[in-house]
Amino acid sequence: MLFPYDKPALSAPPRVVITGAGIVSPLGVAWRPNADGFRAGRTAFRPVSLFDVSRQRVRSAAEAALPAALPVERLTPRQAARLDRAGAMLLLAGHEAWEQAGWEPANHLPLVLGTTAGGMTVGEMYFRTAVQTPRRHRQQPTRALQYQAHTQARVLADALGFSGPVTIISNACTSGANAIGHAWRLLRCGQAKRVLAGGYDALCQMVFAGFDSLQALSPTSCRPFDARRDGLALGEGAAILALETLDSARRRGATILAELAGYGTTMDPYHLTQPHPQGDGALAAMQQACEIAGLEATNIDYINAHGTGTLLNDSAEAAAINRWAGPRAASLPVSSTKAGIGHLMGAAGAVEAVVCIMCLREQWLPPEGTLETPDPACNFPILRHPQDARLSAVLSNSFGFGGVNASLILRRWT
Amino acid sequence: MSRVFVCGLGAVSPAGWGVAALGEALARNVPLPEQPLERPGWAKPLRMRAVPAPSTRLPFLAHPRLRRTSPLTHYAAAAALEATAGLPRTNGQSRPLGVVVCLQSGCVQFSYRFFDEVLKDPATASPLLFPETVFAAPASHVAALLENTPVVYTLAGDPACFLQGMVLGIQWLQENYVKTCVIVGAEETNWLLADALWHLEHQAVVSGGAGALCLSLDPALSLGIELDRITDAHTYTSRTSRGQAARLVRAQLPPGSRSELLCDGISGSCRADAAERAAWRDWPGPRISPKSILGEGLMAGGAWQCVAACRKIVSGEFHAATVSMVGSNQQAIGARFVHGETRVSPLPQAGVTSQHQP
Repeated sequence: MLFPYDKPALSAPPRVVITGAGIVSPLGVAWRPNADGFRAGRTAFRPVSLFDVSRQRVRSAAEAALPAALPVERLTPRQAARLDRAGAMLLLAGHEAWEQAGWEPANHLPLVLGTTAGGMTVGEMYFRTAVQTPRRHRQQPTRALQYQAHTQARVLADALGFSGPVTIISNACTSGANAIGHAWRLLRCGQAKRVLAGGYDALCQMVFAGFDSLQALSPTSCRPFDARRDGLALGEGAAILALETLDSARRRGATILAELAGYGTTMDPYHLTQPHPQGDGALAAMQQACEIAGLEATNIDYINAHGTGTLLNDSAEAAAINRWAGPRAASLPVSSTKAGIGHLMGAAGAVEAVVCIMCLREQWLPPEGTLETPDPACNFPILRHPQDARLSAVLSNSFGFGGVNASLILRRWT
Repeated sequence: MSRVFVCGLGAVSPAGWGVAALGEALARNVPLPEQPLERPGWAKPLRMRAVPAPSTRLPFLAHPRLRRTSPLTHYAAAAALEATAGLPRTNGQSRPLGVVVCLQSGCVQFSYRFFDEVLKDPATASPLLFPETVFAAPASHVAALLENTPVVYTLAGDPACFLQGMVLGIQWLQENYVKTCVIVGAEETNWLLADALWHLEHQAVVSGGAGALCLSLDPALSLGIELDRITDAHTYTSRTSRGQAARLVRAQLPPGSRSELLCDGISGSCRADAAERAAWRDWPGPRISPKSILGEGLMAGGAWQCVAACRKIVSGEFHAATVSMVGSNQQAIGARFVHGETRVSPLPQAGVTSQHQP
């Protein structure tokens, strides 16, 4: 029963840990190539090959290279054949997280996903067919179902052999972080002992053209927090986390990758597409996450910033970090991994959470390979070169169109 | 576990703007007239039930955030404002209000226009349209309109997702993030959406609108309706069919009585309704089927079911109402509302009326 549910008698909310992490990004598929790429500050931008950009102002993005073979053993041939690009990335990331966690097929396992576009490429195909060949009906019923994000979620559940409630959060570019945060809440309040959560989005023509129409895409290179930054770059990917209570993980003898120690989410109603100039909403999200985690700015060793590379986002986020960190800002390392892989939209928060887990596990900091001249408005150092570091707790920011902000705090598990 | 009360209702539907219009249409129990919807490239039009134009300019459209927004945002805003109209203010300030907006198809009108422009010439595609295509846009506008909304989510799913939205709102209430929470289900229509629905179910008549429920843990705010339960979300999988999921929902709800209402999701379409009809075949009491009167409103339809069930309780016609939502392609969930404590002051009436009553 979703309401009322049998709330366990808890003296305190259980600690939430991560026992599996799967990632697909333009730097590669799975943990190792991504860890190596982020650690080195590699960039993955290239001319867009997925759709026609010949009449666009900007013509590059970070496309993911997907393997020909997908983990579809449990899917029917029809399900496997109908997988679109977004669904394939979701499946790859989910499979990696599942295998790493060592979870077995189960019932009543919640799945929480964040996405902005779901199967938009399928939706675009539906549109083209309906407009250009209105009497052609073949595959249109399938497309009408497959473009919906919950269909892709159901396929993931079938592929991994579990069932349970599916929640799709579509809070624009904060979706992935909100999905992980929502899973964290489900575990903390006793509604579940394990949750699979993350985000995914594939590049598609409509979103690409949309950001291009806003002149938000960088015609040069994506340089978050650079004084001469001129826009964002788009990318695609997926990341899934296997989250469970500490008790559950210990009982199974699972390898714990990190602890999800805090989550904050706030609403900034300033404007549909612009953050409050002083980053009020972002500041509140960071404060909320820290308060729940019982940490202060002095306890945070690195911030993986939202850092899109747009003038307005980066200046608002810089103001928020300056205000939140105070004197600590001067020595607080910050970077945006969007410099290497672009903005992954609904996947961004989840992919960046996995990057943070990599940093904590392997004790390094991800640099921005494209940074030239740091914006003097940033009171904090922006990482430019690969470096090792001693990290105990890191914070990841995600902000979205519409004004939803989210901050996640991840802690090293030793 | 805290008790949860319904403290406000809102609706926009083909019956008109407001819960009263929806209630009157359901009381007549006659399907609303259909309108033809031209489908480019086809000689025969598609079928729809349109939301009538409001009789006066919607006052909230004067808000700077809502000037260029989609009909979906207008429906969601109107329903949310109606549902929250009775909430008390302290020193002119509203209490912290959570907002959950649930969508299935989202802003199809702006999406259609924008992508059409992109295919014709992306260099001239309007930057004004694109932000409104984002699923999170309506929730953002509604939040800006309502003010003091510290937490706002947009959920996507099939119509049963509306009950998941209620569960999310309850979670926020119980964790004291907010004092009240409004859950909105909304959709808008165009020929492309009607075309997609036609491909899945030829008999379906697409419609748009919104429904909203405002929830609180404070009995002093209650309309006299308490949420009794929400079943598990029974997701359709390769091992659980839609019919099985519908039966699982039924099994988690009381068997019903002659004096209890069932508000189901039957739309009048043989294939789509079969699973739900079978699961509720032996319901002993009366039942209403809002979608069969108002049309297939997707997420709005799910919200209308809850609004209709609550309205029947608040009017004193029934002491309890069960809601069955057998979603189109994700999940089946059910809920039950019962008569509960009532606040002293009556609700203010919504300020928007329809231009015509069907």
